[in-house]
Amino acid sequence: MLNTLPAGDLLDLFLHFLMLSLLSIGGAMSTAPEMQRYFVVERGWISEADFTTAIALAQAAPGPNVLFVPVLGFQAAGLPGAAAALVGILLPSTLLSLGVSRWGASRRDTPLVRAFTAGLAPVTVGLVFATGWLLALPFLGDPTHRNGALVLIVLTALVTLKTKLAPIWMIAVGAVLGAVGLA
Amino acid sequence: MNAARPTTDAALQRPASPLALFIAFSLLALQGFGGVLAVAQRELVDRRGWLSRTEFVELYAIAQMLPGPNVVNLSLMIGDRYFGWRGALAAITGMLLAPFLIVIALAASYERLAEFPAVAGALRGMGAVAAGLILAMAFKMLGTLRGNLLGPWLCALLGLAALVAIAALRLPLAWIVIGLGLLGWGLARWRVAALDAQAARRRDADVKPQSSASGGKPGSQP
Repeated sequence: MLNTLPAGDLLDLFLHFLMLSLLSIGGAMSTAPEMQRYFVVERGWISEADFTTAIALAQAAPGPNVLFVPVLGFQAAGLPGAAAALVGILLPSTLLSLGVSRWGASRRDTPLVRAFTAGLAPVTVGLVFATGWLLALPFLGDPTHRNGALVLIVLTALVTLKTKLAPIWMIAVGAVLGAVGLA
Repeated sequence: MNAARPTTDAALQRPASPLALFIAFSLLALQGFGGVLAVAQRELVDRRGWLSRTEFVELYAIAQMLPGPNVVNLSLMIGDRYFGWRGALAAITGMLLAPFLIVIALAASYERLAEFPAVAGALRGMGAVAAGLILAMAFKMLGTLRGNLLGPWLCALLGLAALVAIAALRLPLAWIVIGLGLLGWGLARWRVAALDAQAARRRDADVKPQSSASGGKPGSQP
């Protein structure tokens, strides 16, 4: 599972993340389906299970959830991959954000910007639903653990929406249930 | 640093140095299991008083509009506000460095331990929870679309198109964001123009009764 990639592939990875950075309006989660398509389907650098692992680890660990990105890079190409992925996904958006916050934030209410945020918002929501769906999908195809996993997914969503329970507890429950084979 | 106390705009503190920013954001990030935003608000607004709640919400709204992870953009803007690019760098490094080391260490350990069914099972269970967390996030975001000027039908159309395009058709993200984004932007601009025109007509209608009562003086329209 721990791979390295030739320099050309590593560069391609970096460039791909540079592009995704600019597309990641609404956060890195909206780009997760694309990353799965690129890493698992198009390139075959990691497995479907690896992808789920990356997201799960980033959710479980402290810090911003964008850290699933360097995990993907790590799975594909070790530390150089992790570094390339992290810098790639952050560099363009960081520079853009700094620029906008310094020179443009005051123009938030122009019709152009209002239209931009309004127009893109439903697209982003659709993308995040897609991410959730893509993460749930593998469980549907796993007959042994399907029922437990589905219950866990639905319960987690409901508890998150209806209560203020911190995610870490649900993640812990998930870990235990999974470890004993129930989900 | 004072412990939790009421924070008025007049009583705002400021970080002492870029290093203080780095430490603050590191501590904040390390408490953020499953997401950093709530911790960020608690720490920066409630505990340290570096921002008022209003400012926090404002900055976060801008951070959401921009590409990139929202909390990362937020930390950039806060750091930049106090110490320019050095502050931004300190904040983003604080937000990411320690968590990055932790998560990579976890990933590396997992590589080694994955052969144990209990470990693989635990990750699988956490994966299911992660799916649930993200679906919940999607539903919460759905709520924010309520006041969207595009209205429910257009929002639903755009959202479903994006969902189908990426989940079912597996189209590249660039096509979807640029294609549907431009479409959404165009539709929204048209709506903004229509809404502004409607508002202008309403203003005119409000003024008319007075001007007709006084004999319809020319030039009394706004």
